Amino acid sequence: MSPILQVTDLDVDFDGRPAVRGVALTLERGEVLGLVGESGSGKSATALAVLGLLPGNAQVRGSVRLDGQELVGASEKQLTRIRGSRVSMVFQDPLSAFTPVYRIGDQIAEAVRAHQDVSREQARQRAVELLDLVGIPEPALRARAFPHEFSGGMRQRAMIAMAMANDPDIILADEPTTALDVTIQAQVLDVLRTAQRETGAALLLVSHDLGVIAGTADRVAVMHEGRVVESGTAVDVFERPQEPYTKRLLAAVPRMDTPRAPQPPTGETVLKVRGLTRTFPLLKGTAFKRRIGSVYAVDGVDLDIRRGETLALVGESGSGKSTTLFELLELAPPEGGSIELFGNDLAGLGKAETKALRRRVQIVFQDPMASLDPRMPVGDIVAEPLRTQGADRATIGRRVPRLLAQVGLDPAHAERYPHEFSGGQRQRVGIARALSVEPELLVLDEPVSALDVSVQAGVLELLQRLKEELGLAYLFVSHDLSVVRNIADRVSVVYLGRTVEAGPVDEVFERPRHPYTQALLSAVPLPDPTRERARQRSRILLAGDPPSPTRRYDGCRFRARCPLRPHLGERERKRCEQEAPVFDGDGAACHFPRVREVV
Amino acid sequence: MTTAVIAEEAPVAAPPAGRATVVLRRFLRNRTALGGAVVLVLLFLLAFVGPYATKWSYSHIDYTALRAAPGADHWWGTNRIGQDVFAQTVRGLQKSLVIGLLVAVLSTGLASLVGACAGYFGGWTDRLLMFLVDLLLVFPSFLIIAIVSPRLNSSGWFALVGLLGLFAWMITARVVRSMTLSLKEREFVRAARYMGVGPFRIIWRHVLPNVASFLIIDATIQVGGAVMSETALSYFGFGVQPPDVSLGTLIADGTSAAVTYPWMFFFAAGLLVVFVLAVNLVGDGLRDALDPTSKGASR
Repeated sequence: MSPILQVTDLDVDFDGRPAVRGVALTLERGEVLGLVGESGSGKSATALAVLGLLPGNAQVRGSVRLDGQELVGASEKQLTRIRGSRVSMVFQDPLSAFTPVYRIGDQIAEAVRAHQDVSREQARQRAVELLDLVGIPEPALRARAFPHEFSGGMRQRAMIAMAMANDPDIILADEPTTALDVTIQAQVLDVLRTAQRETGAALLLVSHDLGVIAGTADRVAVMHEGRVVESGTAVDVFERPQEPYTKRLLAAVPRMDTPRAPQPPTGETVLKVRGLTRTFPLLKGTAFKRRIGSVYAVDGVDLDIRRGETLALVGESGSGKSTTLFELLELAPPEGGSIELFGNDLAGLGKAETKALRRRVQIVFQDPMASLDPRMPVGDIVAEPLRTQGADRATIGRRVPRLLAQVGLDPAHAERYPHEFSGGQRQRVGIARALSVEPELLVLDEPVSALDVSVQAGVLELLQRLKEELGLAYLFVSHDLSVVRNIADRVSVVYLGRTVEAGPVDEVFERPRHPYTQALLSAVPLPDPTRERARQRSRILLAGDPPSPTRRYDGCRFRARCPLRPHLGERERKRCEQEAPVFDGDGAACHFPRVREVV
Repeated sequence: MTTAVIAEEAPVAAPPAGRATVVLRRFLRNRTALGGAVVLVLLFLLAFVGPYATKWSYSHIDYTALRAAPGADHWWGTNRIGQDVFAQTVRGLQKSLVIGLLVAVLSTGLASLVGACAGYFGGWTDRLLMFLVDLLLVFPSFLIIAIVSPRLNSSGWFALVGLLGLFAWMITARVVRSMTLSLKEREFVRAARYMGVGPFRIIWRHVLPNVASFLIIDATIQVGGAVMSETALSYFGFGVQPPDVSLGTLIADGTSAAVTYPWMFFFAAGLLVVFVLAVNLVGDGLRDALDPTSKGASR
């Protein structure tokens, strides 16, 4: 049988600059092809070129054949007939892929009616069926909801429903889970596999995440600088990579299943947080605001960091990680609970003492582009904390080149502006800035999540080296558990603003006791097709989305999604509902902790 | 840990230049901007040295030469009552240069200060400052200047500069405020806050440079605008009063003679055009120098 999609010699230029060079791909009916590569490798451009969806400044050459029909150079009319009916697309950002002012159900119905001659009522009916198929509860009701009323995961499910609407031959999924949390990612990938099975379509899955590809794709094509450098079956590519680039890429991926020997904590306590709470008021009205409720962003977080130790704070978006950080960095008395920095309680600190503490705690932000002032030369950026601490010009002039050299940048580049650096280099500037005042505790807010894997590895290595050289303590906030496994000494897991489990990194990863930790770990895909497929069968899929933080829950706040709950007896369930499990130092905040190996 | 850093005794060349030096260097490398700056300096020289170069004073009336064309005696000719056009023009240029630049700097400075503070601090500061802005916007500024300026004759036209500046900044301030609101949410501002940088220093070092493009454009437009509003005021009998002159009053007087006795009009008008053009060039150069991503200036 001929392949459903055949791409040969595809070239894409953007304003004359090459983005894709000589790409050849074949997609058989019903198979899953994973297209993997780092940013700028041309993987998205390739996928978009198939549908003729590239912007006007792109020139496409070569051939894309859909079931024998040439698509490159096809008229817009022909392409429109194909889009959505024979080839459909799932985008990365599901919020911008829906029109905000129409109901979800109507948008799916519209997709149905665009290609099928059915009545409005039938199309609506079909939309509800599709929503049901992708696992949206109460589909008839939810079809009447607007996109903003859906959570990210639900929107992506709806997007998949829309892609399935006309029983396409091919589904193109461009980074479909990149914007989602791991537990939601696991759900969505599951739905995507279901959709593929139901429609019998071939799936072209574009992703930078090798784990996602490993778990889903039958065949893999690795892209680098606009070319396909290696392709083959998933098992072949992952287990016996031939090309040096593929080998490098696979080696650079942080893996969750490699044990490390973390240093036993030795030094004195640097940071001690107990029962931290922070609520934000929910306001209504414009001229006269009144409070209609509260968001319990942080509601009981405990942290302990010793000198020379890396504590990873792990949680999904909305779990209160960032709020915890910002509470800490404000250096103001917390709303509830206590924060102790270097033995000083933040409640009852004078102005001078606060200023002295500022030097000892510094932060590195997630997005290196946003956290560096675009209008400041990097030399000035790095010098800013020094200047704030009142260092004189001579000291600054001496320190800045040395700091830049220390993070692996050329000191001669101090007069350049941030936009002249690459992502990884910018993050190094951010680290140099934080280090300039010789802090003792460095708060790292997702420092590598905006970077490509190969760049990530370099930055993580730098952080590891600096920690050893300077004896720093890190508070490392991340949602990427593979990275955490590779850098952290201890791990603290938060769910809905509350610490649920903490302990040494090996203990938590190998013998997780809290059901949420287990679900979280089980949802992380491994870049290993054989093991990943075996894990998929025993994957703990959490139902639904994290509940709203605007409510305060009696008892265990995880109970609604707890995979343990169906196995509990009547009396035990009562206990979960009425009594909040207590977290004390190490271990899990669960009434019925049970070790389960999931990695 | 201090030792770990200090121990790396790398040989260090000259310390890296700060932002001011880098911006200045970028500005100096921009030929057109430099040209504009040179023209501005020449205009100032003409305005302040010119009066000493001619034997005529701007108010002296030469009854022997009415409406005389430019020549050896009266370089740029005389007007219809026999005053020397060159002497008058340089006198007027003095006024207009100072009024134009001062008003622009004053109003843009005030706008950026008020706008940035309102945006950055928010809350009651914001509400109060914006109330003030709205109040000034609905005030009939022309009326106020008309009423106040005759009483300020003693302090002369410097008071006029103050008044013109005072009524020209509000809209700019509103724009700066909204730009600050979005800048405030950016991570680099937050980063500065967590480093312990004070609010005014954040405004000075991070907020204002990032709205500089807008401020510079605004200021260059204000220069021309200020000269024009001074003319309008002078026409109605406020502002610069005869026998004193400004470029604006000269242009207003000469308009009717532009075709028949062109020297009465075109010297003053030409200088105003050159002045505004030079300010624009300097402004463009400054904007390019401050904006690292601009294509106009090389590094």
